[in-house]
Amino acid sequence: MEPFIRLDAVALPIARPNCDTDQILPARYLQKPLADDFGAYLFRDLRYRADGSENDAFVLNQPAYRAARIVVAKENFACGSSREHAVWALRDYGIRAVIAPSVGDIFASNAAKNGLLVVPLAHDAVDRMIERIEAQPGLHVAVDLDAQTVSTPGGDTHAFPIDAYQKRCLLEGLDELGYTLTQIERIEAFEREHAY
Amino acid sequence: MTQPTAAQAAPRTLFDKIWHAHRIFGREDGQSLLYVDSHFIQDGSAPAFEMLRRRGLAVRAPQRGFATADHYVPTDSRDLASIADPEKRAMADALRNDSREHGITFFGLDDPRQGIVHVVGPEQGMSRPGMLIVCGDSHTSTHGALGALAFGIGATEVAHVLATQTLWQRKPRTMRIVLDGALARGVGAKDLILAIIARIGAGGATGHVIEYAGDAIARLSMEGRLTVCNMSIEAGGRAGMIAPDDTTFAYLAGKPHAPRGAAWERELARWRALASDERAPFDREVSIDVSTLRPMVTWGNSPEDALPIDARVPDPASAPNAERRAAMQRTIDYMGLTPGQPLDGLPIDRAFIGSCTNGRIEDLKAAAALVDGRQVAPSVEAWVVPGSGLVKREAEALGLDRVFVRAGFQWREAGCSMCLGTNGDIVAPGQRSASTTNRNFVGRQGPGSRTHLMSPVMVAAAALSGRLTDVRPLLPEGR
Repeated sequence: MEPFIRLDAVALPIARPNCDTDQILPARYLQKPLADDFGAYLFRDLRYRADGSENDAFVLNQPAYRAARIVVAKENFACGSSREHAVWALRDYGIRAVIAPSVGDIFASNAAKNGLLVVPLAHDAVDRMIERIEAQPGLHVAVDLDAQTVSTPGGDTHAFPIDAYQKRCLLEGLDELGYTLTQIERIEAFEREHAY
Repeated sequence: MTQPTAAQAAPRTLFDKIWHAHRIFGREDGQSLLYVDSHFIQDGSAPAFEMLRRRGLAVRAPQRGFATADHYVPTDSRDLASIADPEKRAMADALRNDSREHGITFFGLDDPRQGIVHVVGPEQGMSRPGMLIVCGDSHTSTHGALGALAFGIGATEVAHVLATQTLWQRKPRTMRIVLDGALARGVGAKDLILAIIARIGAGGATGHVIEYAGDAIARLSMEGRLTVCNMSIEAGGRAGMIAPDDTTFAYLAGKPHAPRGAAWERELARWRALASDERAPFDREVSIDVSTLRPMVTWGNSPEDALPIDARVPDPASAPNAERRAAMQRTIDYMGLTPGQPLDGLPIDRAFIGSCTNGRIEDLKAAAALVDGRQVAPSVEAWVVPGSGLVKREAEALGLDRVFVRAGFQWREAGCSMCLGTNGDIVAPGQRSASTTNRNFVGRQGPGSRTHLMSPVMVAAAALSGRLTDVRPLLPEGR
């Protein structure tokens, strides 16, 4: 997992609530092997028409947003399926942070395990950020994990909360399973105690 | 009067009791390592097993759960070799091979117990009160209907559970939804949960575990409860649960993996103590009078876009702001609707009865009672896909298959099928589908598909009339 420190990058506005996991990664790509580049399928049915041509109306196809590494979305982003592929699609495309008032619970868990930072930010702050980005496509947003702030140039700076452990995982690229495996004795003790 | 002890002074919810019974220890950030009683596995699990292989790890407790193929299996044959797409076939093959390699019980297509993982768990008595159950599928919330804490997890978490039989979780908040009142004729569990999601929103329960309570839940059958808990995730809920009661115990008694004899009596005593204590605090409370509910259908691309069948397609002009207006217009365009158009009478192309939401025997019985002696409209392609091989077998023993086939339905083999189309069972672009499934997302049933969610009897009524229609005038006498 690539460590996350500070990111100053183009932000992609997803100006709709409830952008579900089927939009982020359609179910027909769930059968692709783990080693695949899921970035190619990110927002697939929004980016491409049925005939395979690019849909110019979708934000990610606009030249100013193609280099996006941050998503700024309305509430309940990535609701729906437990597919970790939604996170992999964002990650493989190059997205390292999602800023939104809320995201699906399972998506949040999946994101944390793949070095994708989820920044919870109040509705009105997200609305303002999206307005600023749409007025100035290609606008950079800066995410500073160490300082726990996000900011737009000449705009507001917002502090955000994050678990201490998750922050350390992101900063150092740690892996949770590796840690749990060091705790097997406590799991065994629990199994004995509960007659499992 | 004696002073209450600390334990007496702290009433706990059903959720709290299960959480604490499974908590091994906590981490500095407040997350807890939870012991997983049962891990159910389906054929989308190849990436998780691949993660294990890459790290050279074994499955810690292969006996704690089972595997069944549901997402990628054909529903017109029982032969995996008939799957033309090599990637889909590889997913189904991988589950069989991974299960065999790690010693996990596997229900393949040659086993009548095969079916949708969330139908099979309860049916086998593998989902029981007080358990902590996980599965790499968001509809794992289904099993909460039995008084379990059950939730969906991602592939990395599946690998973590396979390797350690545990999972890290931050304790969610709790929400109680109290449903009181008698359901009207023709209104059932599906209408109930659609009405709840419409009320609290698709993100209304995010970060919460929902407990459903009230006399309407107490009167609901086990199968209806499974339908309600199944769609908790469509309101954003981490899980949905219902306190176990006599309905639960009667359902479980005699199931293959339910305890027997003295063990049953011991478990029963434990299960009876699981219900939320009186005055147990919930972070949020919602109450709904269900007596005025009518049959529900969705019109849009989120399960929260649910309305009574006699309602009209909303008008974007009435939206509170420009952004909401644009979103509604986009939805209306995708769904091929006109603002103000009545939902009743909307012509459909496909009718689908099945899925982990509504693929159980009670669902098929209700739909069959309605279609018996009637004919599917010539313009409609109508399918019934039983939720498991055992549901199919039971339905056939009751003659339901013949009722459906005589009416013009296709009677197919068990699987997830057209709920999400991963096996290739899809709705063609632009086609309108009346479906008992759980998601009406853009493209959910296939690119360009237009899905309306509703109950099994509402889908049956739509199949017969060729249009979305109010089922109530069509109901057999006495129902």
